[in-house]
Amino acid sequence: MEATSHTFAGNARAGLANPVLRRALDMAGAGFPARRAEAIARLPEFDALRDEGKAIKDHTIGHLDFYLELYERQVTAAGGVVHWAPDAAAARAAVLGICRSVGAKTVTKGKSMVAEEIALNEHLEANGITPVETDLGEYIIQLRHEPPSHIIAPAIHLMKEQVEATFRAAHTALDPARPLAEAPLLCGEARAVLRPQFLTADVGITGANFLVAETGSSIIVTNEGNGDLTQTLPKVHIVITSIEKVVPTLEDAATLLRLLARSATGQEFSSYTTMSTGPRRPGDLDGPEQYHVVLVDNGRTALLGGEFQDMLRCLRCAACLNHCPVYTAVGGHAYGWVYPGPMGAVLTPALIGLDEAGDLPNASSFCGRCESVCPVRIPLPKMMRHWRERQFALRKAPAAYRYGLGLWAWVAQRPALYHALVEAKARLLGRLGRRRGRFRTMPLAGEWTRVRDMPAPEGRSFHALWAERGRARR
Amino acid sequence: MTARDDVLAAVRRGLGRGAVSDAVAAELTARVATHRRNLIPARAAALEPAARLRLFVDMAEAVQTTVARVSDAGDVPGEVARYLAAENLPAELAMAPDPALDALPWDARPLLRIRRGKSSPEDAVSLTPCLAAVAETGTLMLMSGERTPTTLNFLPDTHIVVVRSGQVVATYEDGWDLLRARGALPRTVNFITGPSRTGDIEQRIELGAHGPRRLHVILIDDGASEADGER
Amino acid sequence: MPSPPVRVALLVTCLVDLFRPSVGFAAIKLLEQAGCSVEVPRAQTCCGQPAYNSGDRLDAKAIARRVIAAFAGYDYVVAPSGSCAGMVKVHYPELFADEPETAARAHELATRTYELVSFLTEVRQVREVAARFDGAVTYHDSCSGLRELAIKAQPRQLLASVAGLNLRELPGAEICCGFGGTFAVKYADISDKMARDKVADIERLGARCVLAGDLGCLLQIAGKLSRSGSAVEARHVAEILADMAADTPPIGAPSA
Repeated sequence: MEATSHTFAGNARAGLANPVLRRALDMAGAGFPARRAEAIARLPEFDALRDEGKAIKDHTIGHLDFYLELYERQVTAAGGVVHWAPDAAAARAAVLGICRSVGAKTVTKGKSMVAEEIALNEHLEANGITPVETDLGEYIIQLRHEPPSHIIAPAIHLMKEQVEATFRAAHTALDPARPLAEAPLLCGEARAVLRPQFLTADVGITGANFLVAETGSSIIVTNEGNGDLTQTLPKVHIVITSIEKVVPTLEDAATLLRLLARSATGQEFSSYTTMSTGPRRPGDLDGPEQYHVVLVDNGRTALLGGEFQDMLRCLRCAACLNHCPVYTAVGGHAYGWVYPGPMGAVLTPALIGLDEAGDLPNASSFCGRCESVCPVRIPLPKMMRHWRERQFALRKAPAAYRYGLGLWAWVAQRPALYHALVEAKARLLGRLGRRRGRFRTMPLAGEWTRVRDMPAPEGRSFHALWAERGRARR
Repeated sequence: MTARDDVLAAVRRGLGRGAVSDAVAAELTARVATHRRNLIPARAAALEPAARLRLFVDMAEAVQTTVARVSDAGDVPGEVARYLAAENLPAELAMAPDPALDALPWDARPLLRIRRGKSSPEDAVSLTPCLAAVAETGTLMLMSGERTPTTLNFLPDTHIVVVRSGQVVATYEDGWDLLRARGALPRTVNFITGPSRTGDIEQRIELGAHGPRRLHVILIDDGASEADGER
Repeated sequence: MPSPPVRVALLVTCLVDLFRPSVGFAAIKLLEQAGCSVEVPRAQTCCGQPAYNSGDRLDAKAIARRVIAAFAGYDYVVAPSGSCAGMVKVHYPELFADEPETAARAHELATRTYELVSFLTEVRQVREVAARFDGAVTYHDSCSGLRELAIKAQPRQLLASVAGLNLRELPGAEICCGFGGTFAVKYADISDKMARDKVADIERLGARCVLAGDLGCLLQIAGKLSRSGSAVEARHVAEILADMAADTPPIGAPSA
């Protein structure tokens, strides 16, 4: 997809002014955190599990080559095929090659952020293959030709009225008189329309939440069951996933699974956690005849050994989005690419470059709520700051801002001058603001006073008053 | 260089080392082979079998699984008939071709029409066994195989699962042990926790998104427990 | 014989210095009541957070070095701000991770540095204050204090001892007010949305006054309250605890 991260500020303003988005996000802003908090309150070991989850991921990442090779051996032993893809183009080519090898016309898809990342649907369409998204949210946004606005709830930016209008426009066989205004009716409509697609698709593509090196298994976590139909009914199952999803053992997967659903939706466990190992076995009555795993790097190895390595722990649970006051203010589309919210603010510059995505790590008040809810304790604010450091070193910030900051820092290292200037400023602003106690407009602070008042200083600086007291005492 | 070599070389470059040494590889191989358990929540691990059973039922019901307890396997056909009638469903089943299910006294319920095999799109109701049930979260553990096709778990609108009380284990890890004890892994292992659902429209939970909208467990509470059964 | 008083250096913070010296004097009063002798190193200016959060690591380090020097030798360093205390306590050691010698000094300073209210309750074991403030108030948990320094119960504990004061818990008290330093002007529209939500929550509560432990948040909240025509006052929690509310009008209010 065409990234629009470079127009983040404008995107954000559009999001803030969009009344539908406001209603949708207000709903999300309250719901997810409350459910997560309830789930965690029921599991006293949650914080200890977070430590273990972090340790498991760190251990795996530290020995990623070993576990990837073990994983590949086990997939192969189970009759599957691993396709290594250093970049998005290689990943797209691998998927297309498999589809073509079986003469596929239609593929069904479970939700996969890696597929979004490599723009798989566009590529399949351009090559005459029809991809059908089957996760309800993904299906809705596919019909609307929109990118997802959330990594686990892709249509969270919409209200049911938009969904109804979308279905009425796309489902041409739909009787206009049929009521469709409520969520259950919309779900039923999607189920009815997608069922034949599941049954006739040539290839089913899913993502993976975890890859288990010990067994060569891929694990998906869903609630709808669409992923299971996607990977069970067609004759070919392709898993599109990325290298950092691997974990050593089933036990390690269990620990991370205990963290995932609770962090994501506040469920104890998602409805369906499905482990797939190879194609159908001799004698099996159903299941795919071929099992392929497309293992994508696409910029991840570049994070190893550097200040962003911790990002590779990410489970894609979306807790950081759900708890982010910036995300819930502007919505996911403002971030302009695949991954929004705090995890996107760290990952996106790594994957598509700081020139395109430089705004994202800046658009944070560093409130730290993301880190406080991350199931694997990724220091997201710290890494956003690291991006800012790179930008500063590359002089990416506006010149006026850089010079202003430089001047301030220069003065801040000269206490006598600093104190004199603060005292002068306190006196001046204190006098000007005494009557009202605040300023409605202020030179050089236009962006502050555009949306809120600037409280007036009391009129003297602390250090000046303290010095006078000292003199009076002596 | 192949793509595989590219990626692995990039990993090693990033980690600032060559391939892992034999000694480290041996350590890692041992770590994998021991299947060491991480922290297990006390919620389920510390329970006696009867309490574990209760926890399973409570957790399952909390996610809209319905549970009927029968005291004898012979009561299963009757419970199936009762459930279908109560839910106003046709007396037709797609059943897993599983000897244990076959052995149940279906003759006593001649009005139930039973078809054995994988699921077809017309099926309204399926009946399957399971490998285990996990008390921790009220989760059913099912696996694919020649007697247990996966489609039965997902295509029909109503999925009925027969669970023997001895199959109720505490944690997922107990489930992994059962799985490993069977030898080679099946193609698919399904952990199922309640019926299919979605919150994709206005975060309102709707059941029956693509999979079954009803999940009914018939729990044969025959007093057997893990201790005298599976181990 | 009373033990010699604990020597505390006040980290005034740049916002208190410029906007609201009253908070500094309230802090001194509370510290003295708690048996401390308070000094104010003249060599301090700012903790360097604006540079640090803007990615200007070099200037942040230069300023931090000066802070480390200015506050050497005191028993404790106390700031009426979770944000500035967090900068010294949490971020200085990180900042010098690649300079072992300075890192050791930064660590040493970090162990002596506290936010005011948590210093009073945790180090000085203060359980109550002699203060009166009539009416319903609410408390906003500033992000740095809450998440970097675990300041949550401490201010509530002391506020409970203020005569006449009735604390109403603010829904969403742990959600950012949208200040975030330069964030407030670089992304004014987003900051504004966060402030609007915060002010709406405060308004709904019907409290007379909103309190917080950080002047940054308070400038944001007070500025938004007055811009939206609200009568709710905003004050630093130290002013109430030191019983000095009568000495100065609320933040952003005209002098009497």
